Amino acid sequence: MENSFFFQAFIYLLSAVVMVPIAKKLGLGSVLGYLLAGIIIGPSLLGFIGQEGEDIMHFAEFGVVMMLFLIGLELEPELLWKLRKSILGMGGLQVILTALITGIAAFIIGLQWNQSVAIGLILAMSSTAIVMQTLNEKGLFKTDSGQSSFSVLLFQDIAVIPILALMPLLVISKITGSVDSNQHHSETLVSTLPGWLQTIAVLGAVAFVIFLGRLIAPPIFRAIAKTRLRELFTATALLLVIGITVLMTQVGLSPALGTFLAGVVLANSEYRHELESDIEPFKGLLLGLFFIAVGASIDFNLISNSPLTIVSLVLGIMAIKLLVLFIIGKLFKMSLDQNFLFSIGLCQIGEFAFVLLSFTSQEGIFDDQITKTMMAVVAITMGITPLLMLINEKFILTRVGTTEKPDEKEDDKFEEKNPVIIAGFGRFGNIIGRFLNANGIKTTVLDIDSDRVELLRKMGIKVYYGDASRYDLLKSAGAESAKVIIVCLDSAEKNLEIVDTVKKHYPHLHILVRAHDRFDAYDLLDAGMLHIYRETLDTSMRTAVDAMKLLGFRAFKADRLARKFLKHDDKILKDLASVRNDNNKYIDTVRERNNEMEEIIKADIHNKDLRQDDSWDAETLREEVRNNKFN
Amino acid sequence: MKKILIVFAHPSFELSRVHKQLISVANQVKNVTINDIYQKYFDYDIDIEHEKKLLEQNDIIIWQHPFYWYSCPPLMKEWIDLVLEHGWAYGNQGRSLEGKWLFNTISSGGSFDAYTKEGLNKYSIRELIPPFEQTARLCRMTYLPPFIVHGTHKLENNEIKEYADNYKLLLDGLTNEKFSLNDLNNKYYLNDLFSN
Repeated sequence: MENSFFFQAFIYLLSAVVMVPIAKKLGLGSVLGYLLAGIIIGPSLLGFIGQEGEDIMHFAEFGVVMMLFLIGLELEPELLWKLRKSILGMGGLQVILTALITGIAAFIIGLQWNQSVAIGLILAMSSTAIVMQTLNEKGLFKTDSGQSSFSVLLFQDIAVIPILALMPLLVISKITGSVDSNQHHSETLVSTLPGWLQTIAVLGAVAFVIFLGRLIAPPIFRAIAKTRLRELFTATALLLVIGITVLMTQVGLSPALGTFLAGVVLANSEYRHELESDIEPFKGLLLGLFFIAVGASIDFNLISNSPLTIVSLVLGIMAIKLLVLFIIGKLFKMSLDQNFLFSIGLCQIGEFAFVLLSFTSQEGIFDDQITKTMMAVVAITMGITPLLMLINEKFILTRVGTTEKPDEKEDDKFEEKNPVIIAGFGRFGNIIGRFLNANGIKTTVLDIDSDRVELLRKMGIKVYYGDASRYDLLKSAGAESAKVIIVCLDSAEKNLEIVDTVKKHYPHLHILVRAHDRFDAYDLLDAGMLHIYRETLDTSMRTAVDAMKLLGFRAFKADRLARKFLKHDDKILKDLASVRNDNNKYIDTVRERNNEMEEIIKADIHNKDLRQDDSWDAETLREEVRNNKFN
Repeated sequence: MKKILIVFAHPSFELSRVHKQLISVANQVKNVTINDIYQKYFDYDIDIEHEKKLLEQNDIIIWQHPFYWYSCPPLMKEWIDLVLEHGWAYGNQGRSLEGKWLFNTISSGGSFDAYTKEGLNKYSIRELIPPFEQTARLCRMTYLPPFIVHGTHKLENNEIKEYADNYKLLLDGLTNEKFSLNDLNNKYYLNDLFSN
């Protein structure tokens, strides 16, 4: 294969762009789309990619690392603590029971005991990538089954560490010759150190990640945010994730776990939403690539050579996993439909198996034949999971009855769900926020000024750093479930941008928007806004009212006149806006602005009504009484 | 010495000839406090605690207002609704106003005759104001006959001045305890203290 990098990229992207929408249209979900794309361009069908598929898979596993970082970002430490029971209980039970049963089965089939242990541990893993992606896509993440699935997957991620440490000990008959049992398949910084120092290094690395997320990263993000270069912020976010990956690999820990930890630590920071929306596209692309690679790596030759073995292995393993999961679901009192979602969702073998299998084959635990067969089995189980979930959804759940509607449950565990979003917390927005908060109305605040965000967060206000005109940031701020968005940035252009984004993506939101002056208000009227607030209008009127009071006018009268004037002014604004539209002419120059001012003042003078307030003093009544017509 | 509080409610005081004179003379009497609520609470945001304190500090309360649609202007109703709290003004524990005197000073466009059975308004003013009387009763206050200025549209300034002079005498007498409760209650209007 002498294809250039660009040609390769072209093939991958093209296959994804073609297949994923088709799969989605057919209701198969994106994961299946990617897998199909991989199968089509893989060696078995079109042959655009060959053996390098596996290298790409290793590279693309980085998508899983990013995904765990994102999951971590959505999980605040307190919430993680709340999930501890299901993580330890369900996760622990699942790994131990599955490993035990599949291990025994392997032993019965005729594998050696050490191979059986390795197989059991490998098979206990499920696919974080496929399960989380599917759950998110179906909006099931926040349901009981979604959270349980997540707990089990998280435990598996943690369990990878001791499993990796255990593997070298399983080498008793060295098939491939002289591999030092103390030596890992890849050189790491700590692999030559004695055991106790390795432990210290591992603990040190974990502590460092926490320290990094708590104390080092926020000021760095702050400084980067101040440059107002978005790409630099993205670069910093990537640097953080990749840096942790490098560190974790060096001490022999799972990078996914490391970034997950960093994510959890950063979940409370003001940069949470911005980080989310920066990393999200990379994660999506890499995961897609990963699924394509999995699809491409399915070796159809091997399957057609020994179809019976492969099929029975796939079915057997999935049946065992499913049964174990189902029993655990029952033990933890899941409802039947949730339990089906949970156990069918997690019954495949995960991507960690690829890592563990290449590790074990290098250690010489398995021979080439077993490794290759298992690789195929793993890929097939992953490939049919989306299909199984589809079948479950379409045929089983409809019979079980009470299907949980996605997102029906109120649960703010993973996302902001405040009814009000305030974009811009400057001199205008902060008053709105203070008032709403004082009255117990929960608000999510987005602001682009990093200094201000820092200050406000110190005071315990939930403020997030970010550009609110970005669709993805609005999404993570909970725009889908919010009711009202108040747009009040200092920049009029930016406000218009946000209005456009919200209108396009979140038409259900009521938009309240700050205007700087009349001309700004015209633009917003053109944009179809109903709730426009000219920022100096009310203050100017209050000043005028106070001036009138000091001149001896009655407060009640001055106040009524002011209110009347405000209505009159609003009417003029709308009248002039429509005229403006007709002429399709924008008033930009000072002279034109002054001309308009003149027009407005004329309208004020001619409107005699503005000065009259005779509700309590009908001259007509007095007239009648004096002429004795009214008694 | 009794202290008097006038709770004055007029949405267009600047146009009123009658109340301008009445308030002006009331200002000259010692121990009278004028509480101009349309000026203070033009936005209807009544400071309840402040108003309660004012009431506690005085012995005689006067509700002074024009007669709009057989009742008081809306802010005064709001004032009554908000300030006369249960547990403070009325109810088992509400005894803060107990024993205080209360009456209405009312200006009315209609003449005395208009407020008779044969007149345009059919009912007399005294027949129309029992809601105020009962409010006072519930607050364990003593409700006195009203001070009324009739036929305001037709009054000449010197006629208004006569009313104002009597009003001044009334306030003066009340603060100096010149009238017994009996004297007051025997009158149909408090104006009658000074006629003939």
